[in-house]
Amino acid sequence: MAALEDTRVESTDRPVLELEDIGKSYGNVNALRGVNISVRQGEVTCVLGDNGAGKSTLIKIIAGLHEYTEGTMKVGGVIRQFNSPRAAQSLGIATVYQDLALAPLMAVWRNFFLGNEVRKGPFLDIETMKRVAGEELTKMGIVIPDLDRPVGSLSGGQRQCIAIARAIYFGAKVVILDEPTAALGVKQSGVVLKYIVAARDAGLGVIFITHNPHHAYLVGNHFVILKLGRVALDAHRDELTLEQLTGEMAGGQELDELSHELSAADPGKVAPAHEVAHGGVPAPGLGDDERDGAEPGDDAPRRTE
Amino acid sequence: MATVTATPADDRVGTRSTLSTVLARPEVGALIGAIAVATLFLAVAPAFRSVGNIGTILYGSSTIGIMAVAVAMLMIGGEFDLSAGVAVTTSGLAAAHTAWWFGLNVWAGVFIALLISLAIGAFNGFLLHKTGLPSFLVTLGTFFVLQGVNLAMTRLITGGVSSNSLRDLDGFDSAKAVFAADFSLGPVNVKIPVVYWVVFTVIAAVLLLRSRYGNWIFAVGGDSAAARAVGVPVVATKIALFMGVGLAAWLLGMHLLFQFNNLQSGQGIGNEFIYIIAAVIGGCLLTGGYGSVVGASVGALIFGMTQLGITYAGWNPDWFRTFLGVMLIASVLVNMFVKRKAEG
Ligand SMILES: Nc1ncnc2c1ncn2[C@@H]1O[C@H](COP(=O)(O)OP(=O)(O)OP(=O)(O)O)[C@@H](O)[C@H]1O
Ligand SMILES: [Mg+2]
Repeated sequence: MAALEDTRVESTDRPVLELEDIGKSYGNVNALRGVNISVRQGEVTCVLGDNGAGKSTLIKIIAGLHEYTEGTMKVGGVIRQFNSPRAAQSLGIATVYQDLALAPLMAVWRNFFLGNEVRKGPFLDIETMKRVAGEELTKMGIVIPDLDRPVGSLSGGQRQCIAIARAIYFGAKVVILDEPTAALGVKQSGVVLKYIVAARDAGLGVIFITHNPHHAYLVGNHFVILKLGRVALDAHRDELTLEQLTGEMAGGQELDELSHELSAADPGKVAPAHEVAHGGVPAPGLGDDERDGAEPGDDAPRRTE
Repeated sequence: MATVTATPADDRVGTRSTLSTVLARPEVGALIGAIAVATLFLAVAPAFRSVGNIGTILYGSSTIGIMAVAVAMLMIGGEFDLSAGVAVTTSGLAAAHTAWWFGLNVWAGVFIALLISLAIGAFNGFLLHKTGLPSFLVTLGTFFVLQGVNLAMTRLITGGVSSNSLRDLDGFDSAKAVFAADFSLGPVNVKIPVVYWVVFTVIAAVLLLRSRYGNWIFAVGGDSAAARAVGVPVVATKIALFMGVGLAAWLLGMHLLFQFNNLQSGQGIGNEFIYIIAAVIGGCLLTGGYGSVVGASVGALIFGMTQLGITYAGWNPDWFRTFLGVMLIASVLVNMFVKRKAEG
């Protein structure tokens, strides 16, 4: 992977990617407001936040899928506004989207090289593409015996690995991963985390977006928590313990409340079997006093994941 | 890179047998259908067995196949073109009217028609992109617009419903030689569109399966958001596909014009569905992202065989469309069945 080695030379103290007061509104929804983030090469920057906090919006701006509506974004010190993902890619920013961006009916190797096809003269160099795709996937611990299979017939974890392997293979400076471990089992999550470390060691800037503070703390150098479109916390690893990170994620006090509420749930109990009429299960945790105070988007304590 | 321990191969995944790999090809359903139709008419229609009629069958197929190939490419790219049928007539009329009205060399008319056909395709693609409407609606609009233009312009220029003969204009003979020639291949009389059809199919198949652009076509049809996210120029790809339909419409329009020396302004309506049906018989999914141009050509061949087979068998030709409807549904079912068998 010569492409990765080259970037080491460029790695300096200056952040490769700087967001200053970035804002993005979808019509009247302000999905992001006043966000400041710096991403350095050779570091893993974790972006955490609840559902709808604006994580995906943030990375879509960096990846060139959306244009920001406020502030400035600098790549390598130069102000940029990407109008297409191609523009971001050409500056060495590769992205693994939450929805993976794979075409389900296309073969694995075609998906792997989509947008970056290898050619021999005017024609596709199918042999090389199949070989490289196979090698890169094997490196991730995924063995797909038949690279001609349509991606849609693979498991979620295998698809994730294809998308990650592709981003790392084609990403020269910055790799963005949007919730790569969300749908994965323990072992596959471990593989993805190892890959994040490997990309960091190779000198890439990694932006790792996740719900999971444990995963973030395993690999992160730098943590940014988004809440309702704003940066709620921006801290280096030295300034933070896992407990603090988890606490900040859940909103500290809210987590205490949650553990208090759940202490009555009696995890060991087995309820007698029953048939329940439609609507016969009451909404959990909605006591009369809480019902007024519940804010949309602030429902962390009741999440069941 | 850090060493990531490779897991042993997943032993649940057996290698697929060659047979199921072959069966998984999108054009298999069409091939089975073509063999069935050929067998049927070979059995019931004695004239179908005569070698000399091969040329007639291929000619009928080629006038559908040239368009079906372009329409199949477009469908693989996830879009429809309902204006494809009348666009053929528009192209022919454009050449006839401009050459006749201005007294130009026929080739100037041919060239202007090419520009107009490509522009119609580009316009369809552009409108699709700008409005964000489904191509079904956008091209339905174009279909009616062109239909009206064909009738009105012909009435305006000739006062009737058919274009004037170009026979006396310069360049007519050479244009006829290019677009409407025929030659003998042993006992078979081959009309030139058959050659164009085959060449068109081969070029399209190579483009689709062996070029970067083909990869993009499958991707924009399969999931255009995903394609855009990895840097595929989605809009340009789709516009080019619509222009491909324009190119095919021009080629067929020129053939019809020089074969019959004039065109009827109301011609071509309804053919758009025949092209789409040929593409679907050939394995194209209505939802895009999957299909084959070779399949679409085989679909066109099924049309050609059926059209003549019914006549040769002495059946009432009124049944032609009914037969096609049955073919369409049967082939879609076969395609589905074969695909499931191959994947399961
Ligand atoms: N295209 C859109 N149009 C309007 N609003 C949008 C659009 N995309 C996102 N939003 C809104 O912006 C906010 C942030 O969404 P975003 O997808 O960035 O959240 P997220 O942090 O990635 O959530 P998750 O963890 O569920 O992926 C949400 O309130 C969402 O409803
Ligand atoms: Mg998201």
